[in-house]
Amino acid sequence: MSAEADRPSLNEVWRAPRGLAVLSEVNNTKVGVWYVLAAFGFFLAGGILALLMRLQLALPLLGVLDHQSYNQIFTMHGTTMMFLFAVPILEGIGVYVVPQMLGARDLPFPRLSAYGFWCYVLGGLLVYSSFLIGQAPDAGWFMYPPLSGSVYSPHMGSDFWLLGLTFVEISALSAAIEITVGVIKFRPPGMTFGRIPVLAWAYLTVAWMIVFAFPPLLVADILLEAERALDWPFFDATRGGDPVLWQHLFWFFGHPEVYIIFLPAAGLISTMLPTFARRPLVGHHYVVAATIATGAISFALWVHHMFAVGLPHLSMSLFSAASMAVAIPSGIQVFAWIATLWGSRPALHAPMLFILGFLFLFVAGGVTGVMVASVPFDWQVHDTHFVVAHFHYVLIGGMVFPLFAAIYYWFPHVTGRLMSEGLARWVFGLVFVGFNLTFFPLHILGLLGMPRRVYTYLPGLGLDWLNLAATVGAFVMAAGVGLLVFDAVRSARTGTPAADNPWGAGTLEWLGPTPQPPKGAASLPRVSSLYPLWMDREEIDLAESGGGYLARAVTGGRETLRTHWRSTAAAQVVALPGPSWLPLLAAIGTGAAFTGLLFKSAPPTLAGAALAALALALWAWDTDTVPVPARPEIGHGERVPSHLDTIGSHAWWGGVVAMLIDLSAYAALAGSYVYLWVVSAAWPPPALAGALPHGAIAGGAVLLAAVAAAGIIAPVALRRGGSAAAALALGVAVALATAVGAGGALTLLNSALAPTAHAYAAVVWALGVYGAAHLLVAALISALALLRLAAGSAGRGRGMVVRLAALAWAYAAATGLASLALVAAGGG
Amino acid sequence: MRRALAPAAALALAACDAPQSMLQGGGTAATAIADLWWVMLTGALAVVALVTGLVAYGTWHGRTESGSLRFVYLGGLALPVAALSGLLVYSAGVGRELETATEAAPLRVEVIGHQWWWEVRYPDAGPGAVLANELRVPVGRTVVLELSTADVIHSFWVPALAGKVDMTPGRTARLRLRAESAGTYRGQCAEFCGAQHARMALHVVAESPARFRDWLAGQTRPAAEPEDDLRRAGREAFLAAGCGACHTVRGTDAAGTVGPDLTHVGGRLTIGAGVLPNNIGTIQGWIADSQTIKPGNRMPAFDRLESTELRAIAAWLAGLE
Repeated sequence: MSAEADRPSLNEVWRAPRGLAVLSEVNNTKVGVWYVLAAFGFFLAGGILALLMRLQLALPLLGVLDHQSYNQIFTMHGTTMMFLFAVPILEGIGVYVVPQMLGARDLPFPRLSAYGFWCYVLGGLLVYSSFLIGQAPDAGWFMYPPLSGSVYSPHMGSDFWLLGLTFVEISALSAAIEITVGVIKFRPPGMTFGRIPVLAWAYLTVAWMIVFAFPPLLVADILLEAERALDWPFFDATRGGDPVLWQHLFWFFGHPEVYIIFLPAAGLISTMLPTFARRPLVGHHYVVAATIATGAISFALWVHHMFAVGLPHLSMSLFSAASMAVAIPSGIQVFAWIATLWGSRPALHAPMLFILGFLFLFVAGGVTGVMVASVPFDWQVHDTHFVVAHFHYVLIGGMVFPLFAAIYYWFPHVTGRLMSEGLARWVFGLVFVGFNLTFFPLHILGLLGMPRRVYTYLPGLGLDWLNLAATVGAFVMAAGVGLLVFDAVRSARTGTPAADNPWGAGTLEWLGPTPQPPKGAASLPRVSSLYPLWMDREEIDLAESGGGYLARAVTGGRETLRTHWRSTAAAQVVALPGPSWLPLLAAIGTGAAFTGLLFKSAPPTLAGAALAALALALWAWDTDTVPVPARPEIGHGERVPSHLDTIGSHAWWGGVVAMLIDLSAYAALAGSYVYLWVVSAAWPPPALAGALPHGAIAGGAVLLAAVAAAGIIAPVALRRGGSAAAALALGVAVALATAVGAGGALTLLNSALAPTAHAYAAVVWALGVYGAAHLLVAALISALALLRLAAGSAGRGRGMVVRLAALAWAYAAATGLASLALVAAGGG
Repeated sequence: MRRALAPAAALALAACDAPQSMLQGGGTAATAIADLWWVMLTGALAVVALVTGLVAYGTWHGRTESGSLRFVYLGGLALPVAALSGLLVYSAGVGRELETATEAAPLRVEVIGHQWWWEVRYPDAGPGAVLANELRVPVGRTVVLELSTADVIHSFWVPALAGKVDMTPGRTARLRLRAESAGTYRGQCAEFCGAQHARMALHVVAESPARFRDWLAGQTRPAAEPEDDLRRAGREAFLAAGCGACHTVRGTDAAGTVGPDLTHVGGRLTIGAGVLPNNIGTIQGWIADSQTIKPGNRMPAFDRLESTELRAIAAWLAGLE
C-alpha cells in the first residue's frame, strides 16, 4: 500500500486556509488555540479590573473609584473570570487536547466548535461593550433580584449580563455535546473505558455537568430578563414570585460551575504529573472514580451558598454534610498525586513548579472550604473577605496554577518551541508570592468583619494594613502574569526549538512530530495501555510511520475513525467538514438577534435570527453525506462503512445530548413552577383559579399525543415507504402542531391569565412559550427534512434529518404533555 | 484550644483594634462560633502541614518506587472521613444550639433593611418605639430579631454578637442573639444591596437591664419641646423645608415614613448609617450635602437652605435625645 505516496493529500485536506480566510477554519487545533487566546485576553481584562479594585481598597476611604464604578468593576471581574475566562479557556484546552489525546483527527462536529467559539467571543465583547455606554452590569455576578430587577437597576447593565451571557453560554453547551460524543465515540481501537486518560474522563464528567448545570442558569436568565422587559413577576414577592427561586436556580448552576472549572484542571495535573515523575499515575481508577464522584456530589451542594437565607435546619445539615463529603474525592486525588510523586525526584521544569504550587494552594483552599461548609461558621464568614480568600485559593491555586503549568507544557505542541525555563522561575516566584500576599490577608480581613463587595471601608476597624498588603501583592502577581505573557509572545517566535515529545510524555497527543501539523499524526494507532507512548512502542512506531489507520484520506476529505463505544472496534470512517464561513455567519446572526433584544428593537432581532437560521439550514443541508467509497479500506486490512444511518452514528448522539440539555432546561422551568407552587400560600391565587378550562387542557393533550405519533412514524415511514411516506408523516405532524399552537395561544389569550398579574400566570405562560418554541423548532427541522426529501439529499438510507425531526417532535410533545399535566395538577 | 492559639492569633487579630471582629466574643453565638473556628483552624493547619510535608519529603527523599495505593486509602479516604465526621457532628451541634436556645420571654426587636439604612422597632414597647441604625439590648437576655426588608435583599450582621441572616423580600427571618457583656458592637450589611452597600452600618449597644428599660421608655415618648429660640427656629425650618415628607418626628407634624424616624435622633451614635459621628456639625453637613458624603443615598441635598436655617435645624435635631 502506497501510504507514503498519498500522504501529501492528507496534508492537503487538513491544511488551513491562508490569510483572512483562516477565520473560516473549523479544525480543533485552530479553534482550540483561538479559544485559549481569547480567554487569556479576557483573563488579562478581568485582572486589570481586579487591580483597580485593589487600588481602591488599598487604604480606607480612597477615591480611586467611585461606588458606581467599583460596583460595575467587581461585577464584571467575577463575571469575566467565571464566564469569559475559566470555563472557555478550559473548553479551549479540551477542544485542542482531548481529540489528540484520543488519537482522533478532530471533534465530531467541527463546525459546532467554531460556532460555539464565535458565540463566546462575540458574546464576551457584547458584555464588555456595556462599559462603552457606561452601563456595565453592577448587581454582582450573582445578579440577585430584586436588586438586579428593573425597579432597582433600571439601566441596561442587568440586560447586558443576562442576554450577553446567555449568548456566551451557547459555547459551553456546544463544547458539552462535542466532548461527550467525542470521548465516547472517537477513541482509537483498543482504548477501552479502562484506558481512557484521566483528562478525557474529567472532560467527559464536566460535559455532563454542563448538560445539567448550565440550562437552569439560562432558564433563570431568561425568566429574569422576562421580568425586567415584560414585567412577568417570577421573582417579585409582592405578586406571588420569590427572589429565593433565583438563588436556587443560580446556585444549582453556580456550585457545579466551580467543579466544572476545577475537574479539568485536576485532570491537567493528572496528565502532566506522571510525565515529570516518569511513571504512571498511582490509583488511576480511583482518580477517575473520584472525578466522577465530585461531579455527582457537586449537584448536592448548592444550598451552601444560601445558609444565611434562613432555610430549615435539616436541609442545611444535609447540604453541610454533602459540602464536607466533596472533600473526600479531592483528598483521594491529592494523595494519588503524592503517591505518584513519592521518591520520583522530578526535574523542576516550569510545569512542575506550578504543579507543586498548585498542590500547596489547593490544599490550603480546600481546608477553608471545609470550614465554610460548617453552617454556623458560614453564618459568620459568608459574604466576607474570608470567602473571597477561600475561593481565590481554590480557583487560582486550583485552576490558574494548573493552567499555567499546561501553558508551559503544551506550548511546544502548538508552536514547536519551548518557553524560557529561566523566566519561568521568575514568573512562578512572582505569581506565587504575589498570590499569597494578596489573598492570605483576606482571610483575616474577613474574620475582622470586612464584608465583600464594599467599595470602601472606614479607618479604625483594624483593616488598613492587611488591605494595603493585599494591594501590593496583587501588583506583584500581575508582574508575574505580565512576564508570562512577554515570554510566551517572545518564545513563540524565538524560543528554543522543541524536540518531538519534549517532556517524554506517555499520552497520545504527543504522537507524531512536534509541533503537530493540522492533520495530526501520520496515521491513527491501536492502543493497549494508558500510556501508549511509553508502553505500546511497536504500535506507536507503526502509526508514526503511516502503518496505522487512515494514513490517507480514504473518503477524499477530512475524516476520522469512529469506534464502537464498548468494544472499541473500528466502526465507521466519519467524514468531517472542512473550512466553512457558516459557523461565523450563524454566530453573527445570533449575536445580532441578542443585541436587538438588548436594545428592545425588532428589526435587528428578526434579521439576526433569520441570518442565523439561514446559516444553520445551509450548514444542515449537506450533512449526512454518503462519501465514496462506501466501505473504504482503513488500514490493518479492515474495511468499515463511511456512512451510517443508524442510532449508532455520532450525529444521532449529538442530537440526543442536545435533547438532554433541553430537557435539563425544561426541568428547571417545570421545577420553578413546582417551587412557586410549594412556597405560595394559595396556588393558583383565588382570582385565577380555574382560568384554564379542563376541556382545553384535555384537547391539547390529545393533539400533542397525535403530534408525537406522526413525528415518530416518519423515520419508519421513510424506511418502509420511502420519501413520500416520510414527507406525509412530517406534514401531518406540522399541521397538528399548528393546531395545538394556535389553540393553546387562543386559550391563554382568552383566559384570565395576564402574565403580569401574578407569578402563577407568568410561569404558566412561560410553559406555554416553551411548548410553542419547541413545536416551532420541530416544525423548522421538519421543513428542512421536507426540502431535503424533495431535493433528494435525504431519503431511504440517508435519513438522519428525518430521524432528528422525529426526536424533536417526540421531545416537544412529551414536554408539552408534562406542562399540561403540571397545569392541571396545579389547579389550572 | 483557644488558649493555646490565642497568642499567635493575638498578633494578627487583636494587636489592632477591630470593633467588627467576629472573634472578640461579645455574644453567646459569636463565642460558640469563635470556638468552632479555633478548632477548625488547628485541624486545617495540621492538614496543610501534613500534605506539604509529604510532598516535600516524599518527592526528594531519594529515588524509590512510587507510593502505594495505601496513600490513597489512608490519606485520601480514611483521614478525611474521620476528620470530617467529627467536624460535622460538632458543627451541627453548635448550629442546633444557636437556633434553638431560648428563654421564656425573649425581647422582640424588628429590624427592617432599607437602601441604605436600618429601621429598628420595639413592637412590645408600643408603636412609638422606632429608631434607626442602632439598637439597644439588655445584657444577658435573649433577643429575637425579626428581620425583613423594605426593598432589596440585605443581611443583618453584627459579628461580635452572632452570624448573619438575610433580609429577603416576602419573608421574615429570625435571629437569636444574646450579649454577654456591656459594650457597643458594630455591624454592617453583608448582602450586596446596591450603590451604598459599603456604607450601611449599624451599632448594637448592650447595657444593663435597668438602663435599657429607661432608655426604651424614653424612646416611646414624643420629641421634647425645644428649649431655646434657635431650636424652635430649627423645628420651624425643618417643617417648612418639607423634611416631614420623608421623616417622622413624633410630637410634630412630620410624619413621613420614607427615611429614618428622627424623634430621638440626637441620642444616636452616628448619622447616615454609621457614616459620621453624631453632632451638630455633622448633621448640618449631612443635610446640606449628603450626596457628597454618601453619594446615591435617597436624601436630596438641601444646599438651597440658608446656613442659619441649616444651623438651626441641626441644633434642634441634635437636641432630640
